[in-house]
Amino acid sequence: MYRYDSYDQKILDQRVEQFRDQVRRRIAGELTEEEFRPLRLRNGLYLQLHAYMLRIAVPYGTLSADQMRGLAHVARRYDKGFGHFTTRTNMQFHWIKLEDVPDALADLAKVQLHGIQTSGNSVRNITADHWAGIAPDEIEDPRIWCEIVRQWTTLHPEFSWLPRKFKIAIGGSPHDRAALRIHDLAFQMRRNDAGEAGFEVMVGGGLGRTPILAKTIREFLPKRHLFSYIEAVLRVYNQLGRRDNMWKARIKILVHELGTEKFRELVEAEWEQIKGGALEVPESEVARIAAQFTPPPYDADAPTFTPEFDALRLNDVGFARWLKTNVAGHKQPGHAIVTVSLKPEGGTPGDITAEQMDAVAELAERYSFGEIRLTHTQNVVLPHVRRADLPALWRALSPLGLAVPNIGLATDIIACPGLDYCSLANARSIPIAQQITRRFNDLARVHDIGELKIKISGCINACGHHHVGHIGILGVDKNGEEFYQITLGGSEDENARLGTILGAALPAGKVVDAVETIVETFLALRRDGERFLDTYRRIGIAPFKERIYATA
Amino acid sequence: MPLLKDGQVVADPWRVVADGEPLPPAVPLLVPFARWQTERDALIRRNAPIGVRLPNTLDLAQVAPDLPLFELIALEFPKFVDGRAFSQARLLRERYGYRNELRAVGNVLRDQLQFMHRCGFDAFEIASPNAVEWCQAAMAEIDVFYQPAADGARTVFERRTA
Repeated sequence: MYRYDSYDQKILDQRVEQFRDQVRRRIAGELTEEEFRPLRLRNGLYLQLHAYMLRIAVPYGTLSADQMRGLAHVARRYDKGFGHFTTRTNMQFHWIKLEDVPDALADLAKVQLHGIQTSGNSVRNITADHWAGIAPDEIEDPRIWCEIVRQWTTLHPEFSWLPRKFKIAIGGSPHDRAALRIHDLAFQMRRNDAGEAGFEVMVGGGLGRTPILAKTIREFLPKRHLFSYIEAVLRVYNQLGRRDNMWKARIKILVHELGTEKFRELVEAEWEQIKGGALEVPESEVARIAAQFTPPPYDADAPTFTPEFDALRLNDVGFARWLKTNVAGHKQPGHAIVTVSLKPEGGTPGDITAEQMDAVAELAERYSFGEIRLTHTQNVVLPHVRRADLPALWRALSPLGLAVPNIGLATDIIACPGLDYCSLANARSIPIAQQITRRFNDLARVHDIGELKIKISGCINACGHHHVGHIGILGVDKNGEEFYQITLGGSEDENARLGTILGAALPAGKVVDAVETIVETFLALRRDGERFLDTYRRIGIAPFKERIYATA
Repeated sequence: MPLLKDGQVVADPWRVVADGEPLPPAVPLLVPFARWQTERDALIRRNAPIGVRLPNTLDLAQVAPDLPLFELIALEFPKFVDGRAFSQARLLRERYGYRNELRAVGNVLRDQLQFMHRCGFDAFEIASPNAVEWCQAAMAEIDVFYQPAADGARTVFERRTA
């Protein structure tokens, strides 16, 4: 894992003091709320329905045990004892007081965490494949490049007042686990014909009221040109992106209006002028950062199975289910990737208590070399667990409510905070998610249904990624009442698609029934071994539509 | 409005002429870009310093051949959230080699001064009686930088490899 050097730490410490002074000036009346707003936003501080919300970045979703404890400390001391992990691997504290924010940030800076650029019209937290460095199919570890880009985009003097927010993601494997195509700018590691690793460059993806999947503008970019290429994209966007209408200000609209080919020409022309020179990432710096992402000292003799493991798998259906959904293959023999579910029955997706954070930190130290990952699906990963330790880890997670065997299944729901917290929302998201998890509380049934990604947004801004859910649920306001529009068939991986609207929006009381009807329709029409998405792609939306609206 | 140059409040020797106003003789003149385009020859014949105020939507390639004629370029921040002139400033300094005064005008905030300075601005019109204190404080808040920019500050990447 990357550890800050004295330069990184100094920038962070100075930024905390800079923000402390901005808060002081706001409280003293030297700054108007209009002037303070963009300053607080670019440090992750929102004003929501009931309180301030502080968003902390977890760059490329990688956390140390100490950092997790730092988050637990802030949850306990400055908030109500819990936090919320988001779809961009950030943590949100929803009940923070303005005057406490500088101290909370100073405490977090001690563990090298911050709120820098977690909001505002700037380059946001860089996200990555949560299996970076451990996926068996990986070309190269994307975290090295994520960290380099994190540094280069931090407090960038030219690109801190962009037309709109700007999200970058980097993937290291052919299989996309980072939802690359819904990002403003995304890099997918590829090999060229000479066998060298580099990036496919995609631009102009995003959800919101105009959902668009990113377009490839370059098939192969040598790694050393990463900064200059990002600078070229950002410079074109900063100058030509629309500023007359905030709903048309994202780069996806610019790419759409210019046409992908024209946009590509502008970027390539700019890039020709700036590539090389000071923007070329120095080899020594790549090596210095790469050295911090070397694999931990794995047990080379770690067994794949032990008698205890085998016995538990045969005798405990809970453990067997957990192995099936929450445990994945690791590139190191004898090791596994464990996903800790933050989706218990009746829970708020992504919420985690301070006690759970501390417990995860301790289990990470005991079983995973002190390393933790966050997923864009609002779960937590222990990335390097010896398979022989899986029974003990499972026994430790179960009483904490963190071993629900539902990863990738119907109850592993993504949901935004919705109208329970967010001032932008039209409808609540969390209660819909909770009702679905209660309706589908039979684990045997949920396992039988198989892979099913349900994603819920409380408004058209689509923080819950509903457009790319297998089942997407969007909250809308109809004359002051909460209604929900359902989409089917979206996906966010390397075969990303936007979902298709099923029909007229449904009242809140009918949403869970509709989800169940959709699932029953699928089960009735499913062929051997099909996932929901396979069946949907084979039969289309009509059978689902008939069932929902015939009975509605 | 106070003019801040190199960290000090200075008297502004430049006379601003608006659209339609006759050109006064022999004083340094700051004209809108539209007037530069239509009255280029008359302005050159005056034989006095010329400054031009460029809209933030301008493609600088359009004005590049004329840059050696200007002793002042003013770049606009119509609203503080509109950051187009940050890119224009860097391009003027780094690509087109413009070396004379580069002034930020419009809605210029204290909390943007350091970024503006890094992008190549050396003069700021700031609506505050505390401009000097503001500027000194703002410039000192952060003194380590990751990115190469127009101020030529050594980057963290360069310092690490030195």
